[in-house]
Parts: sequence; C-alpha cells; structure tokens
Amino acid sequence: MYDSDKIIPGLIIFVLFITFPVWYNHGDASEVPKPELPKDVKECVLPVADMRAEHMQLLNRWRDLVLRTGDRSYDVKIAGKEYQKSLMNTCMQCHSSKKKFCDRCHTYASVTPYCWDCHLAPVE
Amino acid sequence: MDKKRRDFLKIAGISTLAGLGGPAVVDRLVTGTSPVGARAAKEIDPAALAETHEAEAKGHGEAGEVAKTGRRWGLVIDLRKFREDPELAEKAIHACHSTHNVPHFTNKRHEIKWIWLAEYENAFPEHSSYYKDKLTLDNEVLVLCNHCDTPPCVRACPTKATFKNKDGIVAMDYHRCIGCRFCMAACPYGSRSFNWRDPRAGLDMNKLNRKFPTRMRGVVEKCNMCAERVGLGKQPACVEACAESKAIVFGDLNDPNSEIRQMLKTNFTIQRKPSLGTHPSVFYIV
Repeated sequence: MYDSDKIIPGLIIFVLFITFPVWYNHGDASEVPKPELPKDVKECVLPVADMRAEHMQLLNRWRDLVLRTGDRSYDVKIAGKEYQKSLMNTCMQCHSSKKKFCDRCHTYASVTPYCWDCHLAPVE
Repeated sequence: MDKKRRDFLKIAGISTLAGLGGPAVVDRLVTGTSPVGARAAKEIDPAALAETHEAEAKGHGEAGEVAKTGRRWGLVIDLRKFREDPELAEKAIHACHSTHNVPHFTNKRHEIKWIWLAEYENAFPEHSSYYKDKLTLDNEVLVLCNHCDTPPCVRACPTKATFKNKDGIVAMDYHRCIGCRFCMAACPYGSRSFNWRDPRAGLDMNKLNRKFPTRMRGVVEKCNMCAERVGLGKQPACVEACAESKAIVFGDLNDPNSEIRQMLKTNFTIQRKPSLGTHPSVFYIV
C-alpha cells in the first residue's frame, strides 16, 4: 500500500473521532428517573404498569368523555373513593407536585406535553 | 395489410359511439325505463313529492323553531332588574370572569370577553332605537354567547373545536382549536375573543380559580354556559351571582314546566338579531 504511514494513522483518528460520543460518555449513563409517588395513597386509576404506559391515552379519553360527551360523573374509583375525570381536580390532588412527579420522567424522555399551557399545575 | 385511412376513421368513430352510448342503452334495457319515464313516475307519486319538498325546506333553513327533543339550556335576562340595581351586571361579569380565569387586558384589541355590557342599539340593531325612551338608551345590555340552536360558528369551524353539545350548549374544545378565527367571523354577536397574547399575562396568578384551566395564546374563547358547573347540577356563575334578584333565569327551554318557560310565557321577550335564523337560547325582557 502506498502512503500507508499516512492512511493508517488517518483512519485511526477518523474512527476515534466518529466514536467520540460512545467512549466519552461511557460509564456515566444517567439514572432512570424516580418520580416521587404520593405517600398516603397506594392505588391509582389503573395498575402501575398500565398507568406508566397509557396515562396519556387515559387523559385523552377522559378529555373526550368530559368535553365532547358531557359525561362529568364521578365514576373514577380509586381505593373505594369516587373521583371525576379530571387532570387538575383528580390526578393532581394526589400527585401534588408537577416538578417531582410529571417532570422527572418527561424531562428524562425529552417530551414536552402541552397540558400545562392551559391547565394549572399545583402551587409549589 | 392494405387499410385505407377512411376505413380506419369509420371504425374508430363507430367504436367510440358504442363505448359512450352502450352502457346507457344496456341500463335502459335492464331497468326497462328511460330517464324521462322515471321522472314522470316520480311526479305522480305524492309521497315522494312530499319528501322532496320537506328536504328542500330543511335545506333552506325553514324548519321553523328548533328541535324539541332532549335538553336545551337557555337564559332569560331581565333588563329591568339590571336597571334597578346598576351594580348587578358588574357582579355577574366578575363572577363569570373569575370562575373561568378570563384575563383582563386594558388594550381593547387584546380584550377577552365572555359576558359584557353593550349599548342597546348595538345589542339589538334590528330593533329601532329611533325616539326610544331614555331609560332604554341610557342603560347598557348584558350580552354573552347566545348558544344558538343553529350556531353559525359551529358550521365555520374546520376542526370541530367548537360544537353543540347534547344539552344545547355551544362548547369549545381548546385542545382542537387551531386559532383560524373563522368562528369569530361567522358569529353575528361578537361573542368570541381571540387570545392574541398569553392570557396568563392578563391574570393575577395568585387569584386563579384552580379548579378550571386558563387558555393558551392562539385559541379562540367564549362563554361555555358554565358547562362544567351545569354538568354537576349547579347554576351558571352569572345566574348564581344575581341569585336573589332573579335577573337571570337559567333552565331547560325544551321542558314546558321549567321556570324559564314560565317566564317566557308570562313576559314579552326579544332575542338578538332573530332574522339571521340562528335561534338564540338567550332571551331578553327589555
């Protein structure tokens, strides 16, 4: 090979440069977020796994039922108590901190739901 | 092969005619009637005739007064009571705007209104204000969304963000509003306001009603006849604010025994711009 004394170091530098994010960030993967759960209540609308995966669909379903269908009944049962279908008046009554609950995962996953453009987060 | 141009054109012409006319001929042969015959048969049938007439009348918006089934919430506003107590209107407006976190902007162009006061001749331009009595002309009229039975805003909305709900309330789904403002152009009562600015800039964030959301910049908003309160069996906030005076009466227009229907039966009432055929659910005793 001609010019191998230039090409081989060049290739090594190229590979190192391309893989820079991999070896530079190696070993310090940020921790999985731990949203702070309410202390006095152990139950939610759905089992934990379902809530984790589907809370956004649940909120959309509630929104359509309340706004479109006009079904404002208190038909959400949590630990034997009845609640209405509402983000502000039901969810945030137990999860009383947006910063310590919603934002922890949302920031980690880099999602910015527009709920709080209109809905009011609890005062912290 | 020896083919003349003349022969080729003849064959092409005949096959084109057959292609165009053939299906029509087959159709007629199969059904056994010609289009002319079908029309004649329809003219003779009186039931079919009545049906088409009915459909036409509906198409022209001549169905008369509104659907009589289900619930239809409405208001009767007694302007005499508001003249007696000049502070009552302010009370109603304040109750509404604080319940629904309606922002206050001093600049007229950014103003958000759910319920407000208008001059008599602006509120009722179809009624003559020529030589009207001083009392009527000097006092302003409390106006709000009319929750029309045939709401033009709903027809104009391209995303169905505004719609008429099952109880006759013309409601807004702010999640869907794209801020095109077609509804504002369609509404003949000016009942809709556009959020040119972030509404939270016009609100005292310490005095919010934390049970009800605010809106965001870029959506249209208006009175929702307190759907969130009415749905829980409460009265609208403005009605509650003038409770003891009975200046605003709320009720079901489709229920002949309701208080509102008794009011309408015993009083002379007018509506805003009735000739437009929007069938408002808000009535006024002048």
